[in-house]
Amino acid sequence: MQMDRQSHLWRNAVVLPAVSRVAVCGGTHGNELSGVYLVRERLKRREDGTEPVSVVAVMSNPRAVQLCVRYIETDLNRCFTRAALRAPISEASPYEMIRSQELNALLGPKGSTQAVDLLCDLHNTTANMGLCLITYSDRDWICLHICKHLQREMASTPVRYVHFDIPLNEAYSLDSVGKHGFAMEIGPQPHGVVRSAIFSAMQEGVQLMLDWICQFNSGTLFEGGSVDVYTMVKNIDYPRDPETHTITAAVHPDLQDRDFCLLHPGDPMFLSFSGETLRYKGKEALYPFFINEGAYYEKGVALSLARKRRVEIPSVRSETLR
Amino acid sequence: MSSRIGISCLQEAKRVAIFGGTHGNEMSGITLVNMWTQNSAEIERNGLVVKPFISNPRAVEKCTRYIDTDLNRAFTPENLSTPEVEGLPYEVQRAKEINRMFGPKGSSNAYDVIFDLHNTTSNMGSTLILESSTDLFNLQMVHYIKKAMAPHTCSVLLNEHPQLKYSTTRSVAKHPIGEYKVLGYSTGVEFPPCTVDVFRVQERMDYPRDTNGNITAMVHPHLQDCDWEPLNRGDPMFLTFDGRTILYEGANTVYPTFINEAAYYEKQQAFMTTCREILAANAIRKAFK
Repeated sequence: MQMDRQSHLWRNAVVLPAVSRVAVCGGTHGNELSGVYLVRERLKRREDGTEPVSVVAVMSNPRAVQLCVRYIETDLNRCFTRAALRAPISEASPYEMIRSQELNALLGPKGSTQAVDLLCDLHNTTANMGLCLITYSDRDWICLHICKHLQREMASTPVRYVHFDIPLNEAYSLDSVGKHGFAMEIGPQPHGVVRSAIFSAMQEGVQLMLDWICQFNSGTLFEGGSVDVYTMVKNIDYPRDPETHTITAAVHPDLQDRDFCLLHPGDPMFLSFSGETLRYKGKEALYPFFINEGAYYEKGVALSLARKRRVEIPSVRSETLR
Repeated sequence: MSSRIGISCLQEAKRVAIFGGTHGNEMSGITLVNMWTQNSAEIERNGLVVKPFISNPRAVEKCTRYIDTDLNRAFTPENLSTPEVEGLPYEVQRAKEINRMFGPKGSSNAYDVIFDLHNTTSNMGSTLILESSTDLFNLQMVHYIKKAMAPHTCSVLLNEHPQLKYSTTRSVAKHPIGEYKVLGYSTGVEFPPCTVDVFRVQERMDYPRDTNGNITAMVHPHLQDCDWEPLNRGDPMFLTFDGRTILYEGANTVYPTFINEAAYYEKQQAFMTTCREILAANAIRKAFK
């Protein structure tokens, strides 16, 4: 009976190319320190690995890392749209525009067959998001299976799959350069700080991802199932003074740190500095995330809102000979 | 404490300043000062001039700690007396300006009290920072604040260490005090003798570093967020990136604070050690003319 079931699964699994070349990137934002130190450690120990997977560790924005700032001239993680990667650059171009094209040449080119098979870009957030895999696809079976694996194996850290429904051309972040890719985002951690528990969680997440890839490449069959996917719907800005544009309220204490807890119409959202509660006025209950991310004040984002749905994923195996 | 200790008569405090944005990315103080500048009702008191003030407006504009140099280390005698020339770091110019407006430091024209509002990434809770163990006015004020804030706890950090004390923005005033929350003052009242539990700064503990100056370990998870809790010999202190625990080897129990403050990585400080002390203060009242 077991044999029949196994054969059945084997024959009906989706067969995908092996994930042979992996890039682990840190310091895309120079003050998000878990990834900076993780990549530094990998580079120190030259943990490239060989069969069945080769891993390259990359410090994405070394100048920003040196100064421990998010970016020097412009946010590197918004410089990977097709337009940005094709733009003519000179010495006068912003540092990050030059760097994104360098990274695209190293790890891409984006959309081509030479691109790395999987790009994992390490980030931290000041929001209480646990571990999130953030990506542009809700049907990339490799990314979804990796998520499922992390959810199964990571006992004390919540792991979630966040999806931005943006076509590849307009996808602006570094992870879009790989054939498969995601940002591995862990919070809460203040920028410019390394917290040991957060570092350990990221280290564990990366190890588990590489373990899964090794097993996959060796021919292991991974059974399908379902994964909850949070698809970004919209951003909400802080209330601001119409003249000075400075914020006039903070995230409400009832919402602060409640990432991925359903927000209903009428729920408190902001508390103005004069003590007034401002409520969520949307018609649809949605899941908030990136609540009070420090780097997003300048982008006009107090929180993002997502819809949740259950996605069925097929069994998968790699293209190896049985 | 003898009941025969007399009452100290102190000069009335007439002018108080509340500073925010001494570090341009510490948002609570910036927000409060902006609020009180627009509407000062909450901070007005009879017979008192209370001035809310943004110390480092350029850093606030960029939401960064400082532009050229840390304003809160810039009030050295050298900086304050250096001639006004072009090319001075922005914060040195600003320190001289603040010293003109609220000082001069050490003179009788200086503001009576400056409260300087800050935030930290460490788990210190509300903390009042004192620079002198003998400033009776400040000791009595801190005692009053602690009582008024109860049951919310408020720790008191005494930074009177000869080497570790630094030239702060608040030091311009006659009675400087850092990280203050609520001001309450009544004229003519006599404040009886009191004691104040403080944590006195001992030493600065840096991260283990490699030859390139990069940190090689993180604050240990058992120490992270444990500000003000006793750290004993043999307790875990750091965890290296490859998983090794480094223990605290000091002879005496200390009380760490400023554990894992982001801005202190560049100042070579993972945390500060303190020891507990009880300071005594005489009764005080306003000197009558």
